Amino acid sequence: MAQRNHKYDRQLRIWGEHGQTALERARVCVLNCGPSGSEALKNLVLGGIGSFTVVDASKVTESDLGNNFLVEWENLGQSKAKSVCALLQELNESVGAKFVEESPEALLESNPAFFAQFTLVIATQMTEAALLKLEEICRQQKVMLVIARSYGLAGLVRLSIGEHDVIESKPDSKVEDLRLHKPWPELQSYVNEFDIDTPDNNLHKHIPFAVLLIKISEEWKKAHDGKLPPNVRLFKEAISARRRVEEEEDNYTEALKNAYIVLFPPQINSQLHAVLDDKAADVDASSSDFWVMVAALKLFMANEGQGDPPLDGAIPDMHSFTDYYIKLQMIYQARAEADLIAMEGHVARILKRIGRESSPIPRSTLKLFCKNARNLKVLRCKRLGEEFSPRSGPELQRLLAVEESSHPALYVLLRAVDHFSATYNRFPGVFDREMEEDVSRLKALAVGLLNDMGGGGASLPEDIISEVCRFGAGEMHCVASIVGGIASQECIKLLTGQFTPIQGVFIYNAMSATSLVLNL
Amino acid sequence: MGSVAYSHQALAIANLTMADSLTASRWADLDRLLLRPGNLVGPGFEPGPELLDSLQNDLRVLVIGAGGLGCELLKDLALSGFGHIDVIDMDTIDVSNLNRQFLFRMQDVGKPKAEVAAQRVMQRVKGVTVVPHFCRIEEKDVSFYQDFQIIVLGLDSLEARSYINSVVCGFLEYEEDGSPNLATLKPLVDGGTEGFKGHARVIFPGITPCFHCSLWLFPPQVTFPLCTLAETPRSPAHCIEYAHLIQWGQERQGESFDADNPEHMKWIYDQAVKRGEQYNISGITYSLTQGVVKNIVPAIASTNAIVAATCALETLKIATMCSTGMDVYMQYTGTEGIYMRTVPHDKDPNCIMCSPGVPVEVDNTITLQKFLDQLLKDSRFKLKLSKPSVSYHDHNLYMQAPPVLEEMTRPNLQQSLLDLMDGNTVGVLNINDRRLTGVLRVRVTFKEGLDSIDMDTVGGG
Repeated sequence: MAQRNHKYDRQLRIWGEHGQTALERARVCVLNCGPSGSEALKNLVLGGIGSFTVVDASKVTESDLGNNFLVEWENLGQSKAKSVCALLQELNESVGAKFVEESPEALLESNPAFFAQFTLVIATQMTEAALLKLEEICRQQKVMLVIARSYGLAGLVRLSIGEHDVIESKPDSKVEDLRLHKPWPELQSYVNEFDIDTPDNNLHKHIPFAVLLIKISEEWKKAHDGKLPPNVRLFKEAISARRRVEEEEDNYTEALKNAYIVLFPPQINSQLHAVLDDKAADVDASSSDFWVMVAALKLFMANEGQGDPPLDGAIPDMHSFTDYYIKLQMIYQARAEADLIAMEGHVARILKRIGRESSPIPRSTLKLFCKNARNLKVLRCKRLGEEFSPRSGPELQRLLAVEESSHPALYVLLRAVDHFSATYNRFPGVFDREMEEDVSRLKALAVGLLNDMGGGGASLPEDIISEVCRFGAGEMHCVASIVGGIASQECIKLLTGQFTPIQGVFIYNAMSATSLVLNL
Repeated sequence: MGSVAYSHQALAIANLTMADSLTASRWADLDRLLLRPGNLVGPGFEPGPELLDSLQNDLRVLVIGAGGLGCELLKDLALSGFGHIDVIDMDTIDVSNLNRQFLFRMQDVGKPKAEVAAQRVMQRVKGVTVVPHFCRIEEKDVSFYQDFQIIVLGLDSLEARSYINSVVCGFLEYEEDGSPNLATLKPLVDGGTEGFKGHARVIFPGITPCFHCSLWLFPPQVTFPLCTLAETPRSPAHCIEYAHLIQWGQERQGESFDADNPEHMKWIYDQAVKRGEQYNISGITYSLTQGVVKNIVPAIASTNAIVAATCALETLKIATMCSTGMDVYMQYTGTEGIYMRTVPHDKDPNCIMCSPGVPVEVDNTITLQKFLDQLLKDSRFKLKLSKPSVSYHDHNLYMQAPPVLEEMTRPNLQQSLLDLMDGNTVGVLNINDRRLTGVLRVRVTFKEGLDSIDMDTVGGG
């Protein structure tokens, strides 16, 4: 255990013990183990997933030695799945390793039940027709699906999951939830103990900024018919006016920096609104713990919370005496605890109502939910069939019309090469002598595809069409490493239930090192 | 594995023999780009078998760092056709590297990263030669870096990046008309990661912003005021830093603290816990103690793979021009969806590292001695100059050493600088100093009636 924690130290600092446990429970299947599949799996094996299974029917050829680090010279002519499996196993002994020497397409036909054993399937380098079948199977069996494709200097990553709930979305920018605009009684009486005009200068510069902001905004309200300052500038001026030694009182510097929190406390964001308004929040016996907690959250916000979710209880550091700060910290923690108890009450009543008293929700789960209630997210991926249908046409047309964006065009072309392969039984540009013809063939197919989607009339840049032919379906190691890397990162988000996965079709342009997520 | 040292050469020779037997199809995927003309390619791109040939035989690439990014870079470059790679790293392998530094195994712990990484890549990718250098980057002579056509950085420290930047900017020479001499230009490719975020960028010194032009991209490190640590601790980190920065020196006088010594780290942790109890502060863990004291940056395999491959691909583009290049700086964010975008930052026209000359205005009558005094006072050169030597074109105006030259050039100190610069009212002086890695180029403009007393305010900008 000590060795394990030491080995995973740098990632435990990101997703914690519970995130790591979730990874260790995961059973991952990778379809096709060229460089994209191998690299995706390499990152997951290093991170310590439970087990993996590699599915690939091909043998190791010389071109594999030029683009895949997970095969070696001695493997020439042998099963690629077996070779990759063995070298992956070397990277982490605690991960279970298996391989199946069969083509994913054949497996889809012969044994669809095969996929039910996995938590997640990564489909690499597969074409449209097979992906449509695979998605159907994965949806039925509630297996998460991550699609990854490297094609010359272009890439695509897309997720397909019925529903994915995120409690710990860990947004980059967090607005502190301090409730300074509406202090509750315990916080108010704490604040009342301070005299911010104290003659003691040392004391004056050790009053926590939360106290300064509450006191000064109250004074303003008294002088202005109970209204808060109309803008941050005026509020800051009122704060600065109380400062004694210019630039030397750190608590005042912090108060100025945080003044906006009083006037603009965190709002209920649109994603949380969507979660609260979701039909699934009308819970019944079949509802998941997540939706039971959402239903409880709605009740909490309508009652105890007076519109707000439970307090998370964490406060930032504030320049002050130790005991002032610790006492303030305890007041916030006590309030968070009280909110948690109120939520427990709601959850218990809901479980009783839906007849699920026998399977309560662990307190630790509910606590995590309360701490992150402001940033809940629910992700539902469109089916591939819907993405390919005329319903996506208008959005695609709009995206194509945006100048200087190559990504929508690459999206169309990555799909057109699959149509090309279905028509000609090979990818465009694999033969030098057919390059010119292939460019016009690919263009015709792409235009046809756009027409079928109702996106006709949009034009595709000629130079990108010919570049895609130039790629000749090559799988370059660096591009595969990026596409596989991104696929593995999305897997980690899905498996740990932390951070926000891609919501749409991710298109990567290796020519410019840029990406775009298309909302199709 | 005790044979690490001898086997590099043996492997390299074996690899060359193997390489001969390879058929062209090994690089089939790469050859699509290298053999075919394209529309979206770099300037002067000329497709043909010569490109792969030069990647394999002529070009030399240096990878700095054999850690999270370095391991990936070596793999990526070797599988992009580069045949001669050097890698430099001063570290040895630690257990906590194994979650991402995939060239290392549990049994490698304690061995030099550069050597193990080089050997593993040569074992796996036949035909490539990877030469390891187990040392600090400063230990190499500056001329060592001159031998490589492209330098790729997989570093986690600002100081190391600054150092290499100053080395390559030092190689840069300018033409009379102020344009960079392309033959002296050495491209840098730089990557960095932290958790789910990272960056990759390409630096053509003198053409695109150098590392110093955009230092602001790196946020200052968080430090705590000493009085907070000593008098009003409020967080677990305050208790830990007190034990680390103050208590250690007081209670274990004469012992230098070693963050890699478990006994030392445990001592800090124990003291921090005691202090926490005294101040009612909870949440101090051993893991947090290590994080704070060693300033540990979280790191995962996927981000390193993405950023390193982006760097390696740009390296391939620089070497072959087979595709359009990245626009200066790629920012990668993987926390909320995935976001890769490039930002065309601007070059600082007065950059002390890469500009054709940092502007300095001086009075018409200034002597060389007064000019040197003015440079030493200029805030832009703070801590960068101690005993500057000055030359103009190929002419030494003043040399601090050797003594013979010093004595020869000493009379110049009392001469008028304008006269020493042949009466040109604008000109570039090259300043050398033992504190500088490269040369400092100063563009002097002579003005009438500038009082040299006020000169220290001129710098400012």
